[in-house]
Amino acid sequence: MSKYTEDDLREELKTKEYEYGFFTDIESETFPIGLNEDIVRAISKKKDEPEWMTEWRLEAFKVWKEMDEPEWANVHYQKPDFQSIAYYSAPVAVDPNKTLDDVDPDLLAMYKKLGISIDEQKKMNNIAMDIVVDSVSVATTFKKTLGEKGIIFMSISEAIKEHPELVRKHLGTVVPQKDNFYAALNSAVFSDGSFCYIPKGVKCPMELSTYFRINQAGTGQFERTLVIADEGSYVSYLEGCTAPSRDENQLHAAVVELIALDDAEIKYSTVQNWFPGNAEGKGGVYNFVTKRGLCEKNAKISWTQVETGSAVTWKYPSCVLKGDNSVGEFYSIAVTNNYQQADTGTKMIHLGKNTKSTIISKGISAGKSQNSYRGLVQINPRAENARNFSQCDSLLMGNECGAHTFPYIEAKNKSATIEHEATTSKIGEDQIFYCNQRGIDTEKAIALIVNGFSKEVLNKLPMEFAVEAQKLLEISLEGSVG
Amino acid sequence: MLKINNLHASIEDKAILKGINLEVKPGEVHAIMGPNGSGKSTLASVIAGKEEYEVTEGSIELENEDIEELAAEERAHKGIFLSFQYPVEIPGVSVTNFMKTAINETRKAKGLEDMPAKDMLKMIRDKSELLEIDRKFLSRSLNEGFSGGEKKRNEIFQMAMLEPKLAILDETDSGLDIDALRIVANGVNKLKSKDNAVIVITHYQRLLDHIVPDFVHVLYNGKIVKSGGKELAHELEAKGYDWIKEEVNA
Repeated sequence: MSKYTEDDLREELKTKEYEYGFFTDIESETFPIGLNEDIVRAISKKKDEPEWMTEWRLEAFKVWKEMDEPEWANVHYQKPDFQSIAYYSAPVAVDPNKTLDDVDPDLLAMYKKLGISIDEQKKMNNIAMDIVVDSVSVATTFKKTLGEKGIIFMSISEAIKEHPELVRKHLGTVVPQKDNFYAALNSAVFSDGSFCYIPKGVKCPMELSTYFRINQAGTGQFERTLVIADEGSYVSYLEGCTAPSRDENQLHAAVVELIALDDAEIKYSTVQNWFPGNAEGKGGVYNFVTKRGLCEKNAKISWTQVETGSAVTWKYPSCVLKGDNSVGEFYSIAVTNNYQQADTGTKMIHLGKNTKSTIISKGISAGKSQNSYRGLVQINPRAENARNFSQCDSLLMGNECGAHTFPYIEAKNKSATIEHEATTSKIGEDQIFYCNQRGIDTEKAIALIVNGFSKEVLNKLPMEFAVEAQKLLEISLEGSVG
Repeated sequence: MLKINNLHASIEDKAILKGINLEVKPGEVHAIMGPNGSGKSTLASVIAGKEEYEVTEGSIELENEDIEELAAEERAHKGIFLSFQYPVEIPGVSVTNFMKTAINETRKAKGLEDMPAKDMLKMIRDKSELLEIDRKFLSRSLNEGFSGGEKKRNEIFQMAMLEPKLAILDETDSGLDIDALRIVANGVNKLKSKDNAVIVITHYQRLLDHIVPDFVHVLYNGKIVKSGGKELAHELEAKGYDWIKEEVNA
């Protein structure tokens, strides 16, 4: 075998098309481009929302107009022109009473290409799925089973109409409209998303899952997710994304709010595979997400994410540990290849006594990509005996990528225990040769080494998701050793 | 089984092997000895197909097939095994998982299905017993935090699992205490058969007390300068390498 050089790597990466890069031609109804009060009102009207919701959006829009895009992240990109984006797009002719059989066959074919056969998923994985394609939910399953337990799992648009008291009470309480530039934008124009409520003492009997997908050219997607776990309840929520290949950049600015009341537990897992741009760094999704969870007394929120896609990622799933004895966890694998840039991490805000947080972050960089971990551990004065453990490991492939770690620690209570560990390593030729010599080819060897590196996080994912995540890691890093 | 003709190899334009001739037949054990820097480990790496080395002249044949164009993993699939002098660590990958991957990749290359889990387990049980390996050890990350002895024993365990035609043991005795040496040597002896062959690369006689060679070759400055029976190893142990160097340089 000839020597595997950077040139070979480059060649190989060039020829690697985006796995899910196809475009399904579904008739869509799209708003004119640009953003103003009228558009915000129109979105709200289109969705038949109550007055308070319209006002809430307008309030957010007012705040957003006065805000500037944040520039502190370690990412560089052409800022989106917010006036050249269409803020609403829905697959035409959606009827909320439709069953799966009524769904556009093109759409079903698209899921199949993605390996998301709904029926199969239903049968084999026992997952209820609320599928979001371009803003409007087109299929909701397992509603009945969940309904018997009093669990509400529906699109947020439906929830605004059917459970306005719950939505009104909680929406924006964890991520306020004015929280940041993208959260404000999302609050003003969010198209759809998921809503989940688990009643007191109920353990949700299945993993809840949502698949998001951007499908219309030039349509930004602004998802809004709200998960409320009432006292003593438990829910595991899965979110996975893939997007078709596009030349122009697509903006994705989602907001996810989690509320874990006393003694409740929320496990939120994400596999993210938005289009990362091509080998020259052209195109790809901008992923500017605000995810935050609030823990009341003895509550626990666990974020697990596998991030392989997007051209630019800006994402910090965080926990506000408000209640005493509450627990926050963040397990993350972030992969960047080619020209991808990721600035991701978490914030653990310790407010209550005996609060505990764990951060395990695994960054894998290849190609010319830049991968940054940015994390804040904040121990507030009231937080007696707070504990944090952080571990940030970086794995480099080749000589042209970068890994960066920006850990911030603010301890305002002397009883706090904070530990931080960090390592950086490189996949070595010796490791590859060792595997080769045992009959394992280079691609497989890299997959093996990467999986080993990521194991602590992969183990936190529900089984079926872990398999998918492993596959994604392999796809994302094919041919990436220099 | 293995036929090496006039093999020249270099790394970064520096010639290391300068005309090696060696023939190994099934059932034989060959020892390759020689002073530091004579090219012993290079020979092992070149046979195994490490890409950094460039073969500039000569040929390597395995069972009458020229393997020079084959990638390292393809050579492994054909039954070449190298026990590394310095086995690398792969964090998070257990010995079991690594072996499962190696065996199934080899089977895939031969057009076979994955080995059924039941057979794999039985094989692991049998081979770990053979090498007196505690099975807890097999769930640990490959070579991570292993002692020198554990690493070498793990190499021989892998050899047992992969059942190679040609095993090359590169300085397997280095870093072993006398008990570990005995266990490793016993393992190799148990794995020996009339159908496979072993090349033992070593500095010292002591491993050869346990794995008795049919032939001993002395490598010096990239060439095999002397070959003989097992008594040559004793001679080298008693007299050192200087007399060989003098003979060559004379």
